[in-house]
Amino acid sequence: MSPQPSTGAQAAAGQAVPLSSRRASLPEVGRRGGILLHPVFWLTLVFAGLMIAVPLHGNNVALREDLILVAVAIILASNLNLMIGYTGYVNFGHIVFYGLGGYVGLYLATVRNWNLVLAALSAGVTVSLLALLFGVGILRLRGAYFALATIGVLVAVHSFVSNFDPWGRSTGMYVSFDAYAPLGGPMRALWITYILVIVVMALSMVLSLAIKKSKFGLGLFAIREDEDAAVVLGINARVFKAIIYSVSAFLPAVAGALMFYKNGMIDPSIAFEYMLSLEGIVMLMLGGQGTVVGAALGGGLYERLRSYLLTSSRLSNFHLVIAGGLLLLVVLFAPGGLIGWLYRLAPRAKKVIE
Amino acid sequence: MIDGLLIGSVYGLAAMGLSLIWGVMDVINLTHGAVIALGMFAMYLLFTALHLNAYLLLLPIIAMGLIFGTLVYWTSVHWVIDRPQLSSLLSTFAVNMIIIGAGTAIWSTSPYNVNFSLPGFTVGLYTFTGNHIAAASAAVIIALALELYLHRTRPGKAIRAVADNREAAELMGISSTTVLALAFAIGIALAAASGALVSTLFPFTILSGGVYQLKSFVVTVLAGLGKPLGALLAGILLGLLEGAVTPFIAVSWIPLIEFGLFVIVLVAFPKGIFARSAA
Repeated sequence: MSPQPSTGAQAAAGQAVPLSSRRASLPEVGRRGGILLHPVFWLTLVFAGLMIAVPLHGNNVALREDLILVAVAIILASNLNLMIGYTGYVNFGHIVFYGLGGYVGLYLATVRNWNLVLAALSAGVTVSLLALLFGVGILRLRGAYFALATIGVLVAVHSFVSNFDPWGRSTGMYVSFDAYAPLGGPMRALWITYILVIVVMALSMVLSLAIKKSKFGLGLFAIREDEDAAVVLGINARVFKAIIYSVSAFLPAVAGALMFYKNGMIDPSIAFEYMLSLEGIVMLMLGGQGTVVGAALGGGLYERLRSYLLTSSRLSNFHLVIAGGLLLLVVLFAPGGLIGWLYRLAPRAKKVIE
Repeated sequence: MIDGLLIGSVYGLAAMGLSLIWGVMDVINLTHGAVIALGMFAMYLLFTALHLNAYLLLLPIIAMGLIFGTLVYWTSVHWVIDRPQLSSLLSTFAVNMIIIGAGTAIWSTSPYNVNFSLPGFTVGLYTFTGNHIAAASAAVIIALALELYLHRTRPGKAIRAVADNREAAELMGISSTTVLALAFAIGIALAAASGALVSTLFPFTILSGGVYQLKSFVVTVLAGLGKPLGALLAGILLGLLEGAVTPFIAVSWIPLIEFGLFVIVLVAFPKGIFARSAA
């Protein structure tokens, strides 16, 4: 028996192969030196660049308003994907992060007169920490119990904010016109917030990609496949879950702060709109849970579909029916969503599109 | 307090439907709230059309609930029952969106009420409203009927067998698909019935079901899965609790309290507070 010359790296690679070939749904980690070389990273940059350049060219305000909703949908779907797609934990109350971020951001930016970016980032940090706090409590629950508890978080936060005096109880808060002055008046302020929202969108996609390509992400996927086995293999599932719950809160909260600042007002029923939370799940399932591009694609497509339905005179009342029907069809017949369908058509796409 | 007791039994009835489906099929039925709302509107429509005694109309509503439940089972639950729990959660949730969406389109979200009242009576300082008494008695009667059905009839025993161990039940010659469809239909019918009862007590909108869905979850985890009578007791407990706290705090805080209770119970007593007697 002649021992073949093998380096430590090859041996490690040799161990990794059977794992990844058996569990095709687990992502490959650490391939070709970092995410900077990954096609999806460049795709994201080009996409975000176009989103900024096209409406800015010719000062197209109508297009900007359409695109900002698309961007928010992508932000929500991408961060929801970290929970549902990566970790296998359904969060029905994801919108809570967006709404709370809006409240904290608006409070800091208007009542305390903070700089907008600082206020938005602080909102993100505050909400993330809050999520960590919630997470430590409710992530003791597994699977469906956790999903139910997330509905509870939404209801509880909603009822808390509706009774909270500094935030105007159920009437909410307004942004006075003066608040836009530091950014050079309302007109410029709206463009600046738009660009910031697009940046948050790009960051959401890059974050999703970076987590998927990391060892941390692999741990999350292991929890999704079989939590008990993951724990036996040395993954501290509770810490992993608490961290990802908190991380998935950060960018939606920042986006919420920006969006409600841009809209000029906030109240509990807008901030914690249950339906939007649910539609986030539809977006994700439609595009393909667990994939970076799928979440973005689903978010963008669904938002366009919804805008179309809401503005059409005949169908506007039925947009929830159509969304529900769509979700049912996807869950029953195409659990992988659009990207899953693409993978089946062209298995090679798996190498390029994450 | 006494109102709390009476309303609590209706909560209990609502939770029994959820608990039955959850316990037997391991499916968390997210259409629950929507079906409760449908029950309310069924009562409204039947009552305005026929002007019969509202509590007689429960019978056709239960029958419609059974039919509707069978329909939902075959369209959206049957195909995902062997897949991970996430799938059935999402598929029932999709049906929920369809019902709520259609309901909003038809009835908008403005409030309706069933204009029917039974004479009440007074004992000492306290006046009992006839509707509260009738709704509570109807809830208790339905709960007892279900308990009898589950323990005394063949299909009822089959349901309990499948809940206990589905594979063993199959080996004993029980067709588990039929049983699952039956259990789901009964669960939906119970939800519709409880919605119909609620509609005789309070005004309602198509979105009202969500409130009772949350209460049902709380009650179900309080009682432990698949224990119909336990659910009734836990529902009464919740109603009493609400009756006891409402004089002191604003109504809008109640969801916060219920949710707190839900998480505390889940973390502290994962099998329900009545689990000790069973174990």
